Amino acid sequence: MTKMPEIDRSQCNGCGLCVEVCSCRILMLIDNVVEIKEKAECQRCTRWCTVCEMVCPTGAIQCPFEVVTEETQHSADTS
Amino acid sequence: MSGALPNNLEAGIILDDMSVKAESLQSSAYFSGLGSEELDSILKQVFEKAVARGEVILFEGEPARAVYFVISGVVKVFKTSADGKEQILYLARPGDSFNDVPVFSGGLSLASAEAMTQVVLYGMEKDNLETSLREYPELAENILKVLSQRMEQIISLVEDLSFRRVTGRVAKILLENAEDATGQRHRLTQQEMAAMAGTAREMIGRSLKILEEEGKVRLERNRIVLTDKEALRELAGVGL
Repeated sequence: MTKMPEIDRSQCNGCGLCVEVCSCRILMLIDNVVEIKEKAECQRCTRWCTVCEMVCPTGAIQCPFEVVTEETQHSADTS
Repeated sequence: MSGALPNNLEAGIILDDMSVKAESLQSSAYFSGLGSEELDSILKQVFEKAVARGEVILFEGEPARAVYFVISGVVKVFKTSADGKEQILYLARPGDSFNDVPVFSGGLSLASAEAMTQVVLYGMEKDNLETSLREYPELAENILKVLSQRMEQIISLVEDLSFRRVTGRVAKILLENAEDATGQRHRLTQQEMAAMAGTAREMIGRSLKILEEEGKVRLERNRIVLTDKEALRELAGVGL
């Protein structure tokens, strides 16, 4: 399954910076808390740009990377 | 914030299944090789604490009153500069401990600790640990090994920060955090990598791009694939 940015709703202060910078336009504020509105759009994005994470002042959005080797990548793909 | 320990103790869960707990305790390098009798006795001095992701377990500068052992999850042990810049000293994973140095030296916590995932910890207060140390000499030997390894780790960090260029540091972080032999996959954000490398987040993005252009890694959606480990090791200045 394609991974999405991880949102910690309790940390979101509703500033909306992530919504503004998201090039895929998949984020929106609902009740002043960020949500992913278009998961399909995010899945189409081949790059994990992480700009939302970069601008978030409270650490509410995280875009973690898995670090794998060429040999272990297959098992990562099938999990 | 002071007084964290009493709250921790209040939040401690009664140890109900001694054999499972003993097994968990034995996974810590502190208690490796101890017999069941010793472990059962030590367990009576141990409190358990569950911590949510993002929760700060202890703050730098607080009186150090307990050593913590990671049973599950990952804990970030870090220092923060006056201008808010973070430097990760190490990540404590299952089997690792933290806050031990100031507990033994009787000082203040040297670093803060924050849960990077859901975490289960065992903790042992200074007095109880010292009593167990006097009772079980094997424990003292284990602790010497742990603290020696910690010293090696910190010296290696000093070397990284002093002499290694950022791209080399990033290569080393990637090698250290690649999926291990047990199949455990670690996940890192660019912010965390920056804090480990002692650099700005922007430098991590730049370094990853350089490594990709040089064919040492391949960046996928949310994955960094190490495509040339030998070249990464060479760049990181670690043994082949």
